[in-house]
Amino acid sequence: MAQHNSYFAFTRLRAQFIKEVLSILRDPRSRMVVFVPPLLQLLVFAFAATLEVRNVDIAVHNQDAGRWSYELITRLDRAEFIAKVHHVTDSQALRQLIDQGKVIAALDIQPDFSRSIAAGDNGRIQVLIDGRRSNSGQITTGYLSAIAAEVGAEANADAGPATPAAVRNWFNPNLTYRWFIVPGLSGILAFFSALLITSLSIARERELGTFDQLLVSPTSTPEIIVSKSLPALVIGTMLGLLMMAAAAGPFQIPFNGSFGLLFVSLVLFILSVVGIGLMISAISATQQQAILGAFAIGVPAVLMSGFATPVENMPTVLQWLAQAIPLTHFLIIVEGSFLKAMSPGDILASLWPLALIALVSLTMAIIFVRGRLQ
Amino acid sequence: MSGSVTSDPPRDPNSEVAVVIDGVNKHFGSVHALQGLNAHIRYGCLTGLVGPDGAGKTTLMRILTGLLTPDSGHATVAGFDVVGDNDAIHVATGYMPQRFGLYEDLSVMENMRLYAQLRGMDADRNADLFAELLDFTRLAPFTERLAGKLSGGMKQKLGLACALMARPAVLLLDEPGVGVDPVSRQDLWRMVQALTDEGMAVVWSTAYLDEAERCDSVLLLNEGQLAYDGPPGELTARLTDRSFRLEQVGDSRRAVLAEALNLESVSDGVIQGAGVRMVLRAHSGTEQITALADRVEAHLRAVPARFEDAFIDLLGGGPGGTSALAEGLPPVELASDVAVSCRDLTKRFGVFTATDTVSFEVRKGEIFGLLGPNGAGKSTTFKMLCGLLKPTSGEAHVVGLDLRRATGAAKGQLGYMAQKFSLYGLLSVRQNLEFSAGVYGLEGAARQARIAEMVEIFGLQTWLSAAPDSLPLGYKQRLALACAVMHRPPVLFLDEPTSGVDPITRREFWTHINGLARKGVTVMVTTHFMDEAEYCDRVAMLYRARLIALDTPDALKRGAVSDLRPDPTMEDAFIHLVEAEDLADDPRSGTTA
Repeated sequence: MAQHNSYFAFTRLRAQFIKEVLSILRDPRSRMVVFVPPLLQLLVFAFAATLEVRNVDIAVHNQDAGRWSYELITRLDRAEFIAKVHHVTDSQALRQLIDQGKVIAALDIQPDFSRSIAAGDNGRIQVLIDGRRSNSGQITTGYLSAIAAEVGAEANADAGPATPAAVRNWFNPNLTYRWFIVPGLSGILAFFSALLITSLSIARERELGTFDQLLVSPTSTPEIIVSKSLPALVIGTMLGLLMMAAAAGPFQIPFNGSFGLLFVSLVLFILSVVGIGLMISAISATQQQAILGAFAIGVPAVLMSGFATPVENMPTVLQWLAQAIPLTHFLIIVEGSFLKAMSPGDILASLWPLALIALVSLTMAIIFVRGRLQ
Repeated sequence: MSGSVTSDPPRDPNSEVAVVIDGVNKHFGSVHALQGLNAHIRYGCLTGLVGPDGAGKTTLMRILTGLLTPDSGHATVAGFDVVGDNDAIHVATGYMPQRFGLYEDLSVMENMRLYAQLRGMDADRNADLFAELLDFTRLAPFTERLAGKLSGGMKQKLGLACALMARPAVLLLDEPGVGVDPVSRQDLWRMVQALTDEGMAVVWSTAYLDEAERCDSVLLLNEGQLAYDGPPGELTARLTDRSFRLEQVGDSRRAVLAEALNLESVSDGVIQGAGVRMVLRAHSGTEQITALADRVEAHLRAVPARFEDAFIDLLGGGPGGTSALAEGLPPVELASDVAVSCRDLTKRFGVFTATDTVSFEVRKGEIFGLLGPNGAGKSTTFKMLCGLLKPTSGEAHVVGLDLRRATGAAKGQLGYMAQKFSLYGLLSVRQNLEFSAGVYGLEGAARQARIAEMVEIFGLQTWLSAAPDSLPLGYKQRLALACAVMHRPPVLFLDEPTSGVDPITRREFWTHINGLARKGVTVMVTTHFMDEAEYCDRVAMLYRARLIALDTPDALKRGAVSDLRPDPTMEDAFIHLVEAEDLADDPRSGTTA
C-alpha cells in the first residue's frame, strides 16, 4: 500500500470518530460527569458564591449620648450590607459576640465622641474586626470607613465645603459581582469538562483492553489523537457557548465584544485543554489515575489563572507558569469580550499563546501515546 | 501428616450425605443460572463440579456457602439449611473462592494469623495448627514472603490453608486449578485426596474436563442444568467402543479431520498430535471411518473414551468439519516462508523477568502453540511479537517487520484477539463490527459484504443490536474472533481464544483455525488447555519466562514416555519437562515448592 495514506485515512478516522462519540453519549456516567455538574455549578457559583460582603451583623457599644454617635448608628442601621446591629452595654459583650462569630465587626464609641467633634477635633471610634474572616473583614472595614467619612463630612460641613470624590466604576458601574464571575465561570467549567472527557478517553480504553486492539490495527497515533480530540472539542465548545448564552441571556450581563473572535478563542482554548487532557490520559493506566491527574492539574490551573486572585500579585516564577495555563489567556479574552469591547489587537495578544499551547500539548500527547508503547 | 487439621469434622452420624440440593433455582435478571437442581454430595468423597464457564458452578457454590439465597428450593450443608442456619453454615464450611481474598501486602504467616483471628481463634495459641497447615501445604519455607510475591500455585495453597483453618466438614473449592502450573496442581490434588481420606466432603469446581476424571463423583453442569450426576467412569463407559484414533496421518491430518467430522457416523473429532481422534455417534458402525482410514492409508485404533468425549456426546455432538470462514478466504500469499520470528526476546519489568531469551521461527501456514501456566510469559511474548510491548532486548518480527515501527499497511497483515475480552461495551455488536471494519480500512460495499459474512458465519444475527457485555461468553469470543479476522489477515494471533468457552464452541473455534491454516494463514495461539496443544503443528512450552521445549506435540509426548506411562498426555509431558527444568535449576532438590 502507498506510504502517503498511512498517517491519515478517512475511513479509519470516521470509524474511530463514531466510536468516540457513541462512547461518550452512551455511557450514562460520562454523560453525567460531562453535562450535569457544569450546569449545576454555573447556577451555584453565579448565585451563591460571591466575594461581596452582605447580610453581616455588627455590634455597637455606644458610650456616647451625643448627636454624632446617633448620626453614625442611624446610618449603620440603614446600611444595606448590615443585616442587624447588636446594641450592647459593655465591652465584654462586644468581645463575646466577636468570639462567637455572631458579628464580623464591633464598634466601641467613646463617651467623649460627640464632644470632641463639637470641639472641632477628630472623633475617634475603636473598630474591632474578626480577623478569622480576613477578606470579608477588610471589605467591612472599607464600608465602615465610608460611613464614618460621611458622618465626618457632615460634621465638618460648617467648617468648609465638602470635597466629595466622585467614584465612577467603568465597565461594571454597580460593581455587580456576578458580572465579573459568570463570564469567567463559563471558561472554567468548559475547561473542566474538556479536561475530564479527554483524560478519561485513553485510560478507559486501556482499562477495557481495547487500546491494545487499536494499536495493533493499521491506525496511526496522530489518527488516534485526532479522533479523540474532535468529540471533546465539539462538546467543550458547545458547553462554553451554552454558558456564554446563559450569561448574556438570563444573567443579563452586557456583551460588548466580537462574538466571532470570542468563538475562535473558545475553540483554540478547548483544543489546548484537550491536548493537556490527552497527555494526562496517555500516562494513566486506569480511569481512576486519569481523574486524579485531571484534578491535580486542573485545580492549581484554575487557582493560578487569575480567576480568583490577580496574576500580577503572584511571585514572578508563578507568573511565568501562569502564562502556560490556557485558562489565564482565555479569561482575559472572555472577560474583556463581555464587559468591555476588547479590541481585536488585544484579543490577538492573548490568542497566540492559546494557539501555541494547543500546538505544544497536542504534539506532546502524540509523543506520550507513542512513548507508552515502548 | 495433618491429623488434627481435619480429624474431627462435625458430621451428622446418621447420614453420609454432606450436602443436599433440592430443587434449587436461581435467576439473575433474565439469566436462568440454576434450573431445578437436585443432587447429593457425600462425606469422604471428592466431588467434581464440572462444566464450562457460565454453567452455574460458582452460583451453586455461593448458594452452598450461604452467600446467595436460592429463588426457590432448599439446600442443606452438613445438616444446616443454607438460608435458615446461615451462621452455622459459615462454621461448617470452608470456602475458597476463585480469587481467594489474600492480602497481598501481608506475609504468608500474617495472612494465616489474620484469617485465624477472623474466625475468632487466638492466633498465638494455635502455633501447632499453623505448623501443621504449613507442613501440609509445603509453605513452611515461605512464611515471611509477602502473599503478593507468591506464585499462582502457592497462592492457591495459602488460600487452601486459610480455608482449612476452621476445620470445616465441607470444603468448597471454586476453580482451584486455574492459574496454577501443572506441578502445583498435582500438589493440590494430593492435599485434597488426603482430606477426603479423613472423611471431609470436598467439592472441586472446574472447567477443565480432564480434571473431572480424577474425582470420585461428578456433578456435570451445563447452562444451569445438571447434565450428569455420578462417577465419571460411568459416563465415559457409555462411549465404550466408540472412540478411535487414526494414527500417523501426518500433514494431511487437518483435511482428514474435516472430512471425518462431515461423516454422518462421526459425532466429534479433534487433532491429536499427528493423529486424528474421532468419536462415533451412538449405534453407528465403523464402516465409514474404516473406509476413510483405508483411503488415507492410516492405521485405525480403538482408544479409551475421555470425559470430554462423553460431555460432547451428552450435548449432542460437535460441529461439522467445514469452516465457512476459511471457505470464503483466498489462499494466502506471503513474500517469505517465515511468518513470525523472534530472537533472544527478553522482557523485564523491574527485577521481574517476564520473558527470558526466547527464540523461535514460525513457518507460513503453521499453527504454532504457546503453552504454559498463567504467568509463564505467554502473553508478554505475544505482545512483543505484536508490537504492543518493547522488548528489553532481542528482536521480534512478523512477516519480516518489526511491528512497533511498522506502517499502518503492514499492521493490516496482522489479526489479534486479546486474552481479555476487549471490545467496546458501550457500542452495539453491529457498531463494534463496523468499527473494526473501518479501522482496518474496509469501505463501502466491501465493508457491508464482509460484515454480513461475519454475522452469518458466527451466528450473530440475533445479537446485532445488543451490547457485547450482555452476550453469553461463547458469543463474546465469536464476536472477538470475527473482529480479528474481518480484514482477512495472513497472520493471526489468538491469545487464549477458547478460555472459558464450552467444549462445543471450542470445537467450532478449532474448526475455523484448522480451516484457516489449510488456506495458508499462520496462526499463533496461546492456551493453558493442555489437550489443545495437541491441535498445533508445533508447541513452544514456556515455564517461568523460559522456553523449555519446542517441538511437535508427538515428539514432546515421546520424551515423557516411561514404564509407568506408556502413552503420556500433554500434561504429563509438561510436568516431565518442568521437573527436569527445576532439577537443572536446583540440583540439590528435585521437588518444587
